[in-house]
Amino acid sequence: MEKTLRPARWWLAIPALLAALAVALGLGAPPADATAPPSDSGSAYQFQGIVRSDPQTPIAGVVINASGPDGFAGTATTAADGRWSIPTPGPGDYTVSIDETTVPDGLEVNPAHISRDFTLGTTSSQSVLFGIGAPGSFAPAPSAGSGDGGGDDGGSESNESTSSSSSFSWSRLGQRLFTGLNFGLLLALAAIGITLIFGTTGVNNFAHGEMVTFGGFAFFLLTTTLGLPVWVAIIGVLIASGAFGWLHDAAIFKPLRRRRVGLVQVLIVTIGLSIALRYFYQFLFGGGSSTLAVDNSARISFGTFNVNVSNIVSMVVSVVILGAVAYFLTRTRIGKATRAVSDNAGLAAASGINVDRVIRIVWVIAGMLTGLSGVLYAYFIGASVRWDMGFLILLLLFASVTLGGLGSAFGALVGALIIGIVTEVSTLWLPSDLRFAVALVILILVLLVRPQGVLGRKERIG
Amino acid sequence: MLDVLLGSLGNLISAESAAYALAAIGLGIHFGYAGLLNFGQAGFMAIGAYGFAIFTRFVDPTTQFGWPSWLSLIAAILFAVVCSVIFALILGIPTLRLRGDYLAIVTIASAEIVRFVARTQDLTEVTGGSQGIRGTDYKGDINASNPFADGGWLHWVASGPLESLSSNNGWYTFLSWVLVIVAVVLVWGLMRSPWGRVIKGIREDEDAVRSLGKNVYSYKMQALVLGGVMGAIAGILFIFPRAVQPDSFATTLTFNVWTALLLGGAATVLGPVLGGVLFWFLLSFVRGLIAELHGLGIFGTMSASQAGQLAFVAVGVALVVLVVFRPQGIMGNKKELSFHV
Repeated sequence: MEKTLRPARWWLAIPALLAALAVALGLGAPPADATAPPSDSGSAYQFQGIVRSDPQTPIAGVVINASGPDGFAGTATTAADGRWSIPTPGPGDYTVSIDETTVPDGLEVNPAHISRDFTLGTTSSQSVLFGIGAPGSFAPAPSAGSGDGGGDDGGSESNESTSSSSSFSWSRLGQRLFTGLNFGLLLALAAIGITLIFGTTGVNNFAHGEMVTFGGFAFFLLTTTLGLPVWVAIIGVLIASGAFGWLHDAAIFKPLRRRRVGLVQVLIVTIGLSIALRYFYQFLFGGGSSTLAVDNSARISFGTFNVNVSNIVSMVVSVVILGAVAYFLTRTRIGKATRAVSDNAGLAAASGINVDRVIRIVWVIAGMLTGLSGVLYAYFIGASVRWDMGFLILLLLFASVTLGGLGSAFGALVGALIIGIVTEVSTLWLPSDLRFAVALVILILVLLVRPQGVLGRKERIG
Repeated sequence: MLDVLLGSLGNLISAESAAYALAAIGLGIHFGYAGLLNFGQAGFMAIGAYGFAIFTRFVDPTTQFGWPSWLSLIAAILFAVVCSVIFALILGIPTLRLRGDYLAIVTIASAEIVRFVARTQDLTEVTGGSQGIRGTDYKGDINASNPFADGGWLHWVASGPLESLSSNNGWYTFLSWVLVIVAVVLVWGLMRSPWGRVIKGIREDEDAVRSLGKNVYSYKMQALVLGGVMGAIAGILFIFPRAVQPDSFATTLTFNVWTALLLGGAATVLGPVLGGVLFWFLLSFVRGLIAELHGLGIFGTMSASQAGQLAFVAVGVALVVLVVFRPQGIMGNKKELSFHV
């Protein structure tokens, strides 16, 4: 005589609540014209870039040469916008050089950039930057031209964060704190997704970043390709992400539970899933980032610093949803059942809780939270989406979850806020391309002194 | 179609597949024998590659102190090995007492820290920033110590079918495979020794081994260091036929090595080698196949590089299928299943 739980109506409240908020967002930001150029490169293997002098002036007529295996030699001349590209026959080792004689007089090429070796491997389109500036400007340390010359293997994340600078001011600190809080809150949404799944099933889901990306791309398709208003798109994203989460459980993880596949094997399954999904996104959408056709230009000025309205809306949405999750976990019947399963699945099953149903619901909720986090993250990085956007923050999500204590939802919130604020505030003193590394160092330091995390319980670390 | 197959067969014994095989052997010690979930093998490889390249570039004993090039080469390799040992100790001290998945998260995070630090702009003078280090900056010693080249003491071997040995690439390939064979013999010997039995015992039941009075923590640390050193040497082999680029040591590399290891069989001596070789062969075969299909217009207006991503989708799916249906890999024994962790 299985005790049936009340029909699940509680979660319908989340999209409804969101819809209300999204209307506010939608009114403030009507969709702009859907003319986002997909920034994908044409040829299979190529070198490309834009030649500019220091104050970002494109230079036309500069000759760039590439040589490679089997006697390959290619040459290109920059167009009026400074762009050039050299298609190559395939992967291999190439040397790319700039013809200094074609650089206008009064400008000098960074000596380190005149001729360089590159390997085309997994990265099929390699951007090559040439630092060009006034003579003598490259003497001590080449500063220009190493922005995102790396491959698109997961390195060059674009963020609105400004470049690092050693000057400290309270206004900059305020700005960083604000951005960090925003980042932390949106991380928290996805991190709670991870921690709910971990708590109920024991699975460390390495494919969670792809759920974030899924939310971002669903939002891209709805707003930019279909031209729907933002609030409709957000509801659409929630439904799609919830379904995506359900599909994870139904198609992969439930069968694995049935087969009694070990947790380490499941962990590796999620890694495989992550690889497959990530490159499938790149297959569908290309390797560049695509701009959303949404208007996020509205700004508000608070004394000395300006903030985007979309960031404020993002924070409000996060806080409301986090409150709803807290209410769900502590007050509703099914939320309590979730915590019971998280505590001891066997005992929960014995006391009449349908564990499979709880896990299914958890996957759906995690999908919705994570998809929403993807939308907010797309706004956070300047209203654009990219095939590996979720993968880039996956480790930050794991850091948040581990920092707060694996399996504790409130710990994940605390951990995400710490990680979000630390990453942003660290850019006041450290180079901004190290800010993710700072978060990971903190993770390791915390594990040294308090391995169970901030809010974790000791017995979990076994 | 046939030329795709032949081209992929050429990849079977390339220096890259040797590097993958050696990295997979190291990972096999971690995961297959000791049961450690190391998701940071790319970090060890990066430490090895950067340690080697930076040592050769800045210390450069050949020109600074007039050392013979083979001695500088060994010095650079030793420097990289020492770096990787230190890295392994830093990783192991906080995590080896904790549950397996903590080690997984910390290792994957540390590997990314290494990559972030290597590609930061402020260290451009040392690490080359996001552009990495040019091949010419560190290949002097290795190229000069090729014994098969003109005037080398083994030049007489490099004739007829073995003529390619006298080229730099031939020398890299030869050296890489020699090191792989050394590693295979070492692992084979170690795993038959009492040390290997303790390590395997830790994988099966840590508490049982502890109750026999063994210091489990210390044994795990030794396994982590040993596999990490192999990863570092694999990183050095990895950069011989190319340049050092920070983004080639991303998490993707770790996952590729894992796929290679699980393909061959985690707890086997020859499995990682077979896995590394097969992984490269299959990857380039699938890529070639997709390029052919793209040429036929099957993917419509999609660009070739976009279509080429399907090869990695196949890697992911293969990993899932492998781990669920044949977790012991091609060569593994179901009884010695390595998923007790």
